[in-house]
Amino acid sequence: MEVAELQKISSQIRRDIVRMVSDVQSGHPGGSLGCADFFAALYFEIMDIDPAKFEMDGKREDLFFLSNGHISPVLYSTLAHRGFFDKSELATFRLIDSRLQGHPSPAKNLPGVRIATGSLGQGLSVGIGAALAKKLNGDEKIVYTLHGDGELQEGQIWEAAMYAAGNKVDNLIATIDYNHKQIDGDIDDVLPMGDLAQKWQAFGWEVLKMDGHNHEEIVQTLTKAKSMCGNGKPIVIIMETIMGNGVDFMMHTHKWHGSAPSAEQAKEALSQLTETLGDY
Amino acid sequence: MKTFEIIDHKDTRSGFGAGLQELGKTNPNVVALCADLIGSLKMNAFKDENPDRFFQIGIAEANMIGIAAGLTIGGKIPFTGTFANFSTGRVYDQIRQSVAYSNKNVKICASHAGLTLGEDGATHQILEDIGLMKMLPNMTVISPCDYNETKAATIAIAEYEGPVYLRFGRPKVPNFTDPNKKFVIGKADVMNEGKDVTILATGHLVWKAIEAGKALLEKGINPEIINVHTIKPFDEETVLNSINKTKCVVTAEEHMMNGGLGDTVAQLLARKLPSPLEMVAVNDTFGESGKGEELLTKYGVNTQDVIAAAERAVQRK
Repeated sequence: MEVAELQKISSQIRRDIVRMVSDVQSGHPGGSLGCADFFAALYFEIMDIDPAKFEMDGKREDLFFLSNGHISPVLYSTLAHRGFFDKSELATFRLIDSRLQGHPSPAKNLPGVRIATGSLGQGLSVGIGAALAKKLNGDEKIVYTLHGDGELQEGQIWEAAMYAAGNKVDNLIATIDYNHKQIDGDIDDVLPMGDLAQKWQAFGWEVLKMDGHNHEEIVQTLTKAKSMCGNGKPIVIIMETIMGNGVDFMMHTHKWHGSAPSAEQAKEALSQLTETLGDY
Repeated sequence: MKTFEIIDHKDTRSGFGAGLQELGKTNPNVVALCADLIGSLKMNAFKDENPDRFFQIGIAEANMIGIAAGLTIGGKIPFTGTFANFSTGRVYDQIRQSVAYSNKNVKICASHAGLTLGEDGATHQILEDIGLMKMLPNMTVISPCDYNETKAATIAIAEYEGPVYLRFGRPKVPNFTDPNKKFVIGKADVMNEGKDVTILATGHLVWKAIEAGKALLEKGINPEIINVHTIKPFDEETVLNSINKTKCVVTAEEHMMNGGLGDTVAQLLARKLPSPLEMVAVNDTFGESGKGEELLTKYGVNTQDVIAAAERAVQRK
């Protein structure tokens, strides 16, 4: 897929995110906007998946787990445009009886979601388990996970990091959304984490870095990561992003981590984002 | 009173190990995970016979629960093994989100439950695990009474699709149930038919209830003894039928009163059949180091306590 096409998809995903959280006046737009480019590349270019025939066991296809489940809007919009369900369902986000829960869950049988996430730090372990099952099944597809940078403060992440390297779980590509921000402010003010790349290297992972807003670089880096699978090491990509990317007044601040724009603010945000695939 | 022959004395954890070993031979989807307690959990045989399907996780229980949840996504049936304390309290949120809410087919297998863990003391003697697990939607909670029943339960839960908590213990205790009896999840087992008082027991307390039953009979009280090996889903029908006949009830468990079998029964009776109820359980205190039998006596959950509770229940009719 051409970069221009991925950019169009990202723009539509960002529009959906703004509209979804604004409509219900709740949700997490900042991290969602920051990961729109990654989701477009991952779901429309990288992963081998069959949205029309979603099966929970995911055999013979790539799998993705959103460990930082609070950025569910970007996942839901991506899944809808990729064909897992009709985009009209995005209008039900966070409403009662919806399959689009505030944080993703398989409890409502939403195609594309295989595990509940939201309580942070659990998705890497789940990804490892799914990757181990693929190895047992002789399934050569890959497991992808995404994590917030703040999420790395959870101890379970490092239990999982140690396990994956120690046991050569090399069909696993984890990506860190490194926007340097969390709810209470800058990561360096809340709990400094030092040199993330060195930490992951010390735990025995292959470490790649990429600019999370450059589609060409995202595709190249994920493709490189895929080519490195099977070499005895799990792979982590530290993805530099800007929280709120794509909407000028929402960028470079933690303020929009978990706050919804008002109707007026949403209108201003949408004026900066081109409708490319049709709003829901 | 029906006679129960003691076949031998064995630990229930060895029943788990034997059941898991059999599953290794019969069900290729069964995998096992352990957090550095292979010997204590009796998982050696499964590990040795199925090295590709065994995962040593290390001392990282949260990661173990998450990996188990992930393994189900590829169609595997993971059995996690560690002490009951680290199987539940330590990883409650991981179980809640990745297993119970996600409704994953994980079998959480927990040894060294309760006071009879003994000398290690209160840090390891969890008495809240049944309560923690039974509160979770989607979770099935099983507490078998001896080696044979634990083995049968281990095999049975592999056939059931959904999250299960399987609780067993450390000490060697009388092994007396029929080794050929099929374990039926959710079906309480009437061990002895009686008419004066219903004794509902679970886990190690089932044998204590049988011992108590003999003494009660000598005192002129004919007890109906029911092995409640499944705490959830709870077999209301069997229990209510019995209490309708006996008009009073005793519960007996190696667990905290809050959240245990007695609490489930109290809720049921309050809703459907108000009746005198006496609970043999640990009452809002932690345990301590000591020998298992000594601790059961000190904390009021031994044979004598079941006898006394039955007498009180009968007097309250």
